[in-house]
Amino acid sequence: MLNTLLSGDYPRSRILTGVLLAIVLGLAFAPFLFSGAAAINTAAKVCIFIVLVASYDLLLGYTGIVSFAHTMFFGIGGYGVGLGLYAFGASWGVLALGILLALLVGVVLAFLIGLLSLRVRAIFYAMITLAVASAFLILATQFSEYTGGEDGRSFSVPQVLRPGYRLLDQPVFGTVINGRVLAYYLVFAMAVTLFLLALRVVNSPFGRVLQAIRENDMRAEALGYRVVYYRTVANCLAAGMAVLAGAMSAIWLRYTGPDTTLSFAIMLDILLMVVIGGMGTLYGAVVGATLFIVAQNYLQKLMGTASAATEGLPLLPKLLHPDRWLLLLGILFVLSVYFFPTGIVGRLRGKSG
Amino acid sequence: MTAAPAPASPSDTLPAIRHDYLPILLPVALSALALPFVGNPTTWVTLTVAALAMGMMIFVIASGLTLVFGLMDVLNFGHGAFIAVGAYIALSVLALLSGWVQADSLLWNLMALGLAVTVAMVGTGLLGLAFERVIVRPVYGQHLKQILITMGGLIVAEQLIHVIWGGDQKAMALPAALRGAVVIGEVAIERFRILTVAVGLVVFAAMLIVLNRTRIGLLIRAGVENAEMVEALGYRIRRLFVGVFAVGSALAGLGGVLWALYRETLTAAIGGDVMVLVFIVIIIGGLGSVGGCFIGAILVAMMANYTAFLLPKVALASNILLMVAILMWRPQGLYPVAKR
Repeated sequence: MLNTLLSGDYPRSRILTGVLLAIVLGLAFAPFLFSGAAAINTAAKVCIFIVLVASYDLLLGYTGIVSFAHTMFFGIGGYGVGLGLYAFGASWGVLALGILLALLVGVVLAFLIGLLSLRVRAIFYAMITLAVASAFLILATQFSEYTGGEDGRSFSVPQVLRPGYRLLDQPVFGTVINGRVLAYYLVFAMAVTLFLLALRVVNSPFGRVLQAIRENDMRAEALGYRVVYYRTVANCLAAGMAVLAGAMSAIWLRYTGPDTTLSFAIMLDILLMVVIGGMGTLYGAVVGATLFIVAQNYLQKLMGTASAATEGLPLLPKLLHPDRWLLLLGILFVLSVYFFPTGIVGRLRGKSG
Repeated sequence: MTAAPAPASPSDTLPAIRHDYLPILLPVALSALALPFVGNPTTWVTLTVAALAMGMMIFVIASGLTLVFGLMDVLNFGHGAFIAVGAYIALSVLALLSGWVQADSLLWNLMALGLAVTVAMVGTGLLGLAFERVIVRPVYGQHLKQILITMGGLIVAEQLIHVIWGGDQKAMALPAALRGAVVIGEVAIERFRILTVAVGLVVFAAMLIVLNRTRIGLLIRAGVENAEMVEALGYRIRRLFVGVFAVGSALAGLGGVLWALYRETLTAAIGGDVMVLVFIVIIIGGLGSVGGCFIGAILVAMMANYTAFLLPKVALASNILLMVAILMWRPQGLYPVAKR
């Protein structure tokens, strides 16, 4: 059972197993364990980013493709759901249609970009995706009559997922089961399903070919695998998964806009999460995303305290200013590319075996 | 070396290099094509001059990047950091020299600007040396890691700018004598744009002279063609590369100063906006080619300016189309560099 679910890809480290179990249990019971809107928001964001980062890892860690257009697909998912619900009202049919259309657009776009630029070397692909993603961001903000421009769009979700909805009259373990909790569990279920699916993909023969391409594309080609074909399919798969992550984000936030889905800052966040968590290990996506988002929310407070404590010393308070949390993570990123390119997960696995 | 006589060649002179003039016609054709769409010739001249000025800035920034890539196969995604740092250093220097900047005399203004640019270039050049040593050197030959780590360097550099200069948007005032426009006939041309075009042309000319007429230039060109062979002949390509990296960073700093003055505002993310255009330019021009980079920069800037006037919503998207069109015509860019 477990073997089938995890596709035979166990964490292979005692500490890692413990960490992952803690994360999964924490996410599964988040509405009951933590009180307050901030905590459940953080948990939902972790779920969304686990999917997004795992899909990016499919590209970066498993296939060796550097793409800077991943937020574009994330945005397509968000806008697909968001604009659909905004224009045609909150019903499950519209939601499903929005997701389907977004998937179609995302996958076709990924296919086209892949066809045009995956034949060339990694460095070209990185530059071209960067350019395409910025153009997409600008288009999305410029056509404001359709997309809401910089402000984005707020919309309602189906009745069952609204905060006002009550599933049960009585609270369960002190938590009212309202629409928000249901929406959280929808996001959580999607995250678990997509993550297990991604595990299935990377541990399939197809996934092995991707890893062969990452290690040596010439040799993979010589063995008879059509590298362009595999890269393009991986690109489309990752794009589709990112679109679904975008849809999850839209369902949870009931808002979609350039800053939450399309901005380059998010692309950098994804990059940091993948690398710090561990490239080429999907569990790295879980660890990286959780660590990053918790840091984003709680490291700042810690730094605020540290900054106040070092008041009077030169430069230190400025370096420890709460807004500079990205500086610390950036340094961690550079160091992890140097010293442990397999990230936290690779580190933990290396120790155990 | 002594034994084998050189095979007798049919003629003593080397065969002349066939010059490829076709790409040079592209900017001319593009501007001619834009004329009927823009309609008004006065507007067209203004737009074209603006495009030339912008193209020069992009060229100054992109030229170092493309040479660094051609020489050592290193693509620095952190190049944008030098743009921002250069601009911020100039901001500080100009603030110190505010008396010179506000004086209504072109000479004092230019001296202030020249000093600011010099300090900025020295600063970014030194930063480039440090960046090369710390960030780039450990990951030679590994493209994936290069992209990641230079991106990381960019994040750290941007955050450090916040630490040093503060995170708010700064105003970057032009020196007094460079504000406003010169009116020739009916056409108004901003003074700063003329200065920018002049600076860009000087940089381009200097680069061509160094690359084509000096020994170092010869080595750089040889290195772009075949680095291993240059090394085998006993030259330290590494040192050459470090030098080019530093000069490229300094040029990015110069470009950053110009760009910030052109926009008249400055944030730490200023590099990011330009870098997208810079990447398009070096892809269009052919990675490693200075001439291609020059033409590519003008093309991209023209496209950006004309479409910004005609169809403001699709300005950047039009440049993607331009890139796709050129890559369909010449998949390796306008001037493909031999080894790639």
